[in-house]
Amino acid sequence: MINLKTLVVLAVVTIPSPSIAAFGDDFESVVNALNTRSFDDKLEAASRLATMDHERVDVVLQALIDGKLYKKKGDDTVVVVVSLEGGGHQLTDAASGEDLGKVGRRGAKKISVNNKLRRQLKGLFASRQLNVDDPQARIAAVQAIINAGDVSLREILLERREVESVEDVQDAIDVAMVVFDLDSKDQATKLAAIQASADNLDSNVRMKLTAVVSDQSLDQELRDAAASSLANIEGLVERYRWIETLFFGLSLGSILVLAAIGLSITFGVMGVINMAHGELIMLGAYTTYVVQTLFPDALEYSLLIAIPAAFIVSGLVGIAIERGVIRFLYGRPLETLLATFGVSLILQQAVRSIFSPLNRAVATPEWMSGSLEIVQGLSITYNRLYIFFFALLVFATLLTILQRTRLGLEVRAVTQNRAMAQAMGIRNTRVDILTFGLGAGIAGVAGVALSQLTNVGPNLGQGYIVDSFMVVVFGGVGNLWGTLVAGLSLGVVNKVLEPAAGAVVAKILVLVFIILFIQKRPRGLFPQKGRAVES
Amino acid sequence: MFRQLTKVCAVVVLSFSATWAAADTIKVGVLHSLSGTMAISETTLKDTILMMIEEQNTAGGLLGKKLEAVVVDPASNWPLFAEKARELIEKEKVDVVFGCWTSVSRKSVLPVFEELNGLLFYPVQYEGEESSKNVFYTGAAPNQQAIPAVDYLMNEVGAERWVLAGTDYVYPRTTNKILKAYLKAKGVTDKDIMINYTPFGHADWQSIVADIKKFGSAGKKTAVVSTINGDANVPFYKELGNQGVSAEDIPVIAFSVGEEELSGIDAGPLVGHLAAWNYFMSVDAEVNDDFIDSWLEFIDDEDRVTNDPMEAHYIGFKMWVEAVKKAGTTDSSQVQDAIIGVAVPNLSGGLATMMPNHHITKPVLIGEIQDDGQFDTVWQTPGTVPGDAWSDFLPGSMDITADWQAPLSCGNYNVKSGACSGQNYE
Repeated sequence: MINLKTLVVLAVVTIPSPSIAAFGDDFESVVNALNTRSFDDKLEAASRLATMDHERVDVVLQALIDGKLYKKKGDDTVVVVVSLEGGGHQLTDAASGEDLGKVGRRGAKKISVNNKLRRQLKGLFASRQLNVDDPQARIAAVQAIINAGDVSLREILLERREVESVEDVQDAIDVAMVVFDLDSKDQATKLAAIQASADNLDSNVRMKLTAVVSDQSLDQELRDAAASSLANIEGLVERYRWIETLFFGLSLGSILVLAAIGLSITFGVMGVINMAHGELIMLGAYTTYVVQTLFPDALEYSLLIAIPAAFIVSGLVGIAIERGVIRFLYGRPLETLLATFGVSLILQQAVRSIFSPLNRAVATPEWMSGSLEIVQGLSITYNRLYIFFFALLVFATLLTILQRTRLGLEVRAVTQNRAMAQAMGIRNTRVDILTFGLGAGIAGVAGVALSQLTNVGPNLGQGYIVDSFMVVVFGGVGNLWGTLVAGLSLGVVNKVLEPAAGAVVAKILVLVFIILFIQKRPRGLFPQKGRAVES
Repeated sequence: MFRQLTKVCAVVVLSFSATWAAADTIKVGVLHSLSGTMAISETTLKDTILMMIEEQNTAGGLLGKKLEAVVVDPASNWPLFAEKARELIEKEKVDVVFGCWTSVSRKSVLPVFEELNGLLFYPVQYEGEESSKNVFYTGAAPNQQAIPAVDYLMNEVGAERWVLAGTDYVYPRTTNKILKAYLKAKGVTDKDIMINYTPFGHADWQSIVADIKKFGSAGKKTAVVSTINGDANVPFYKELGNQGVSAEDIPVIAFSVGEEELSGIDAGPLVGHLAAWNYFMSVDAEVNDDFIDSWLEFIDDEDRVTNDPMEAHYIGFKMWVEAVKKAGTTDSSQVQDAIIGVAVPNLSGGLATMMPNHHITKPVLIGEIQDDGQFDTVWQTPGTVPGDAWSDFLPGSMDITADWQAPLSCGNYNVKSGACSGQNYE
């Protein structure tokens, strides 16, 4: 419902102030007016710009939002820049679109924008996007206008509402109207808006409702209504909260599973304590970086290329470690531990020398950024969602290999009784190489996933080695299902504890819990059975 | 007899090498980690000092002598810092040392410098609560970084609810203690302050970001003051971006994120978040452009950046040179006296002056992160702010002041009791 009185009030507000005439009416002088130190003056010029009918308005506004609008040193022309490789800028005249050639790094100075102004600019820009063909873009534009909180844009929304034909966009505009009405001076409109907001989980709405509740100067009726709407919203949020925590836990758990599952094969099946496991993960992450550097144009597919590449790289390095070091030390766990620790240091230093000690920037493809909104107020981030399913996929693949293939059969045979397997004609050496290569390769694949979540640097692996051992030991050595259950449950327990106890204490509690658990059941959750184990 | 002889020989050789060194060059010690976890940050500072020395030598040296750098590697190992410091002063006979990054490394070398009466220029922002006769703090004290940052958020952004998030060690804990006291003095209640500590290198920020989001949707503008260290920042900002928390909703202001840290990551998700420093590479000043040019030429890599601690070393080095010229000697005690009041240009077009408390005057800049990993200055103090060694907001240090000029000559003088409690005041 549109309230006439509000409209009048708003109309008064939106009448342009006389000072706008100060920078003339033609497009070029308005663009030049953007070149000022004061953010208020910039906003004024940009608001004026947004109402103009000129083909370059969108280009200039977008450049300003993106921080690509500069002034040229010397004559102060406002220019749109494209940064060139190796410093320097390619300049285009903002007003005319004329190419102004290249200048050095010091030849142009950015026209700065702060957060407040950027938010308002996004609103202004969105007001020009309301008439585009894509309904999703229109909804995004409406949302940007809500975020900008600029009442002067209300009328533009109303105009659009009259001609809008897509239902979703109509709904979005209606919600926006309610949000605007929350600030209304008119009691009845405000009350209606407050009541209509009871199931709106938008954070802007919650902010405004809280402001109403705590505003002593307002009518008691309004404040009560706001309080009850707010209580309703809180109830909804609380209901989603445990689902969210569960997902956080499963996500953390899936990362633990990914990191540990390769170790579960080498440690669990072969009995090798491989301290370089973390570095094999790190190599996988660096492979992602190399793939992205080699194919800068194929960013969206880079992860798909990186997964097999990382498997091969880490797998080969793993085989090299097995052939070069570990095979001389079978049956001597302490020496294996020390030797592989040395290998881990060598790998770290190698990476430092090749790629520099600084962290490398691994970009996130578009399809892994942002979050999936299941219902309003409950959203799950895409990267973690994909990684969760990816972990399950890796687990399933590995299980199939071990249960259904010839290699799996041989691996299980060697695990149960080395000597007997050999007597049956299984070549132990070949099985050792392939098993270690498989475990190392899986670590590399985990590295690809981790590159999307954390820093890709020489120390990446160190952060995961302890957690990996923890999961494998807790789950029961040599049991893949154990690793899965242990990883996921440790993740969930950690996340349930975290809000109450804090990140540091939660981690300590989990460790204490595992120590106590191991006292009771030294073989973990799912102990292996059989005579070989007993001996 | 034989032992006696070796002793004599050693003394002769030592004194000979000392006189030879003194006659020929002035030795400048560089005490920065070149390996280990801190190497990322500290190697740059070593190169900065080497560049400054080279420039000074091209300009004719100092007191008619050439400067000579003595570089040692304390390998990010705190006790080793003390050993290397002793080696620099006793064995190498350096006249001044530029070094340290973490507070714990500074605390480790402090007794050595005080015992041997050396000179240390410390270039990194720190938690304050210290003033030594032998140390010159060219980085920011809390009142030159943390307090103005909070003021900016309060006055310009309108923040009313505060999340103080930090890595669990001494600098964030002390800074947050000061900030909490400051916020309460400004009328912020306990329920509007949330404090959160995480371990070094924390990577899983899901719950904490969800908590911040919840805390921030309670109807008041919320801001995050971050003392999160190094590596942990990237997953933190990524998680903020993925959960849809933009800088426009809940701005994060960081005290440990600079150009160098941003150069290793994809800055896309960080755009609009803030940092408070005393210098940005993007500062618009001729002297800064010149510094950047000579840095890029010295390091021979167009992609390198400059940052705040580099500027601190730039200032510290220039100040030391001026003080030595003023004193006419490199003798520690005389340089300590001469340097107070020395003013040299900083890189943002102003002047930095050494105060009697061994801290310097600095402008405070608030910048927003851009997608090229640079900062855009959105606010700055009108003039420079003198560094305050002892915070005015902590009950234990309110009444303490530092003044190394005669007649006080004390780093922790209690104005109420009139007592100087000595160097080891806690």
